[in-house]
Amino acid sequence: MFGYILRRLLSAVPIAFGVSVVCFLLVYLAPGDPVQTLLPPDADAETVAQVKRMYGLDQPLPVQYLTWLGRVMVGDFGRSIATGRPVADEIFRSLGNTVLLAGLSVLVAFSIAFVLGTIAGRHAGGWLDRVVTGVAVVGVSVPNYWLGIVLVIIFSVEMMALPASGMGDGRFDPTSWEHVQYLILPVITLSMIPVGIIARTTRSAVSEVMNQEFVTTLRANGLPEWRVLRHALKNALPPVLAVMGLQFGTLMGGSILVETVFSWPGSGFLLSKAILTRDIPVLQGTILVLALIFVFTNLTVDLFQSSVDPRIRRA
Amino acid sequence: MKQRLALLGAALAIVANLSTPSARAETVLRVAMTAGDIPLTAGIPDQGFEGWRFVGYNLYDSLVLWDLSRGDRIADIKPGLATGWSVDPANNRRWIFQLRQDVKFHDGSPFTAQDVVWNFERFTKEGTPQFNPRQFAFARGYLTNFESVEVVDAHTVAFTTKQPDSLFPYNLSFLMMVSPRRSAEVGNDADAFARNPSGTGPYRFARMVPGERLELVRNADYWDKARIPRHDRLVLLPMPEASTRVASLLSGQVDWIEAPPPDAIPRLRSSRMQIVTNPYPHNWAYQLNFVDGPFADIRVRRAANHALNRADMKEMLGGVALEGYATLPPSTAYYGNPVRYEYDPAKARALLQEAGCMPCQITFAISTSGSGQMQPMPMNELVKSQLEAAGFRVNLQVMDWNALLQLGREGRERHQGVNGINISRATQDPFNGMLRFVASSQAAPRGSNWGHYNSPEMDALINEALSTFDEERRLPILARIHEKMSEDAVMLWVAHDLNPRAMSPRVRGFVQAQSWFQDLTPITVEAR
Repeated sequence: MFGYILRRLLSAVPIAFGVSVVCFLLVYLAPGDPVQTLLPPDADAETVAQVKRMYGLDQPLPVQYLTWLGRVMVGDFGRSIATGRPVADEIFRSLGNTVLLAGLSVLVAFSIAFVLGTIAGRHAGGWLDRVVTGVAVVGVSVPNYWLGIVLVIIFSVEMMALPASGMGDGRFDPTSWEHVQYLILPVITLSMIPVGIIARTTRSAVSEVMNQEFVTTLRANGLPEWRVLRHALKNALPPVLAVMGLQFGTLMGGSILVETVFSWPGSGFLLSKAILTRDIPVLQGTILVLALIFVFTNLTVDLFQSSVDPRIRRA
Repeated sequence: MKQRLALLGAALAIVANLSTPSARAETVLRVAMTAGDIPLTAGIPDQGFEGWRFVGYNLYDSLVLWDLSRGDRIADIKPGLATGWSVDPANNRRWIFQLRQDVKFHDGSPFTAQDVVWNFERFTKEGTPQFNPRQFAFARGYLTNFESVEVVDAHTVAFTTKQPDSLFPYNLSFLMMVSPRRSAEVGNDADAFARNPSGTGPYRFARMVPGERLELVRNADYWDKARIPRHDRLVLLPMPEASTRVASLLSGQVDWIEAPPPDAIPRLRSSRMQIVTNPYPHNWAYQLNFVDGPFADIRVRRAANHALNRADMKEMLGGVALEGYATLPPSTAYYGNPVRYEYDPAKARALLQEAGCMPCQITFAISTSGSGQMQPMPMNELVKSQLEAAGFRVNLQVMDWNALLQLGREGRERHQGVNGINISRATQDPFNGMLRFVASSQAAPRGSNWGHYNSPEMDALINEALSTFDEERRLPILARIHEKMSEDAVMLWVAHDLNPRAMSPRVRGFVQAQSWFQDLTPITVEAR
């Protein structure tokens, strides 16, 4: 088990740096200038060159990359060009907000989808199944930024019941309505796609297990239907957990649109600002951290899965 | 019965007490900016002119300020931390500035001539402890003609310019004076200073959550007693997404939003929100290539200007624009009487025939978005269709805003296949509004004369304006420059933005100046 964890951890390192090289180069392939954000739009070419020199951006690319890499190895992500603040501070402050949003969304999605998917899988082919599948297809297909705007129009603008943007003032307090109200619309918006995906996965896993011989055996032994279902669910859980973990990883990196719609100060919002201003240190740091989170989420899910499903451990 | 009456009386007294609060509640103005982040608080701000508008001129003052007290003409400069200035009669490169006395920084230290010199070293002098590369980057554009500054006495400084420059005071309006004492307290660390800034402005810094909010409070000791804020607290929130700003205003989360999208304005009006618009020095146009391609011929430039139906453009923008017939909006003091290129497609065709360019192939470099670009895609599509109806064949080369700025900086030499660039410009003073586009000395990449317009007559007018230090006498020369820009059809003019902003009905007392900057201090906010 320990060897397995170590192997997985080590394999994450080349993935992370592969990602960092690719994103570093992509940033440079795009036209425009990272010092643009420091200068008025009308700055002349000489000023641009002088400021680039001050920030070390006139060095050859491999030199810049290696300098950056050397510092990252000791935990120094550098300073944002746009704000002058340490990149590590920016990333971890916004990352906490995104973890809150993505974590809650996945939990909400899982709770709803697992129930829906089980009902559908239990009654595969019936009208309940068709209703749930329909809901799942809608959930996956609706663009979430659009859903966010619609929810804002209904609940913030028309009903004035919930705030439209931000996450409130001061340190986030999960016990106070003052703060919790800011979470509701973004969480609903963000959980819609995972609801669809997890419900479909649960449905197919449950319906597959329900057709297996051991279920017939359990029924033949005279077990009540709810206990049969409990056995079946335990067997259906591993693929659902895997998908849920992947969804969490996706939401961590993929909430850019939703965070922008709600001005949620998370890593997606940070990333979109960094892209627009070509803030290379922030961009590199954020992408690297998000890639690592994705890798480690997968790892965690695998480990969790093997604890639920002994077959994986044996393999 | 008596007892009951007494009880009722007591109850009424309690209710009355509840409804008259013992202390006046704090009044707060909450503003949603279009910026993606809080503008820099350490002196000269970033985030473009929005940074100057909300942070720069609120926390700080410059020697020269903008008169934002009226809305009926394009704003001009007025005394700020300097009470007056004049050029040295013996040397027209030397400017004497008298400084305001009895001004104190928010940390209590007095503002003196020595502080001005200290601040200019912070902008320009590498090697001094307070030198700051970011402030250098922001300031440099305004200091191209700056040579030196010296203390004359405790409340007088003298600037020397490289060239005689009658417009020099305009540049000083962008350079914020920060407190040397506070800077020393934080070891001249600009980031630490940004977290605890000290200036002389009408608001003091209260607190900041990076990326989320900046809170400023009234400076009751502000030197300009007429501009002591009439609300207690100003909260600035970055909100780059337009629909989010609209929703936040409608749901009562903020009191004021910048730049609501035109299609949201009817919705805002129906919810009793106040919409204000006013011209300001903004020009949405195409700078043309005077060397390569068809626009080298003045007939083609005039044809393009006659081909545009600007009324259609205004309608498409929901009326939130001014038809653009010249470089400056008509409410500018030196607008003059420029020729007006009315919509006349037949005339445009005739001019193209005469120039032997039919159909006339042209390429414009445009962006998908960007500060001041309004709605670049639909606007460019409309321009294209109007030009094509008059005999042009238009190729729109679409790029990212940063890429377009870079193309604009590099100039026509490196982009000979491009016949025009669509970078909207701030035109707040004569140099930035006109001279930099048409002076041969400003040819890109040195300056903003992207297409290398070159006219000895224009250069002579510019030199005359720059060496005329009497404002009354300078004004007609500037008007003549503006008229000549139109005669020579140096741009393809399309529109001037009307700068819409929306605010809750509780916000009172705001006068929208014809400027990129606005004075928030007279605003009162009614209780909910």
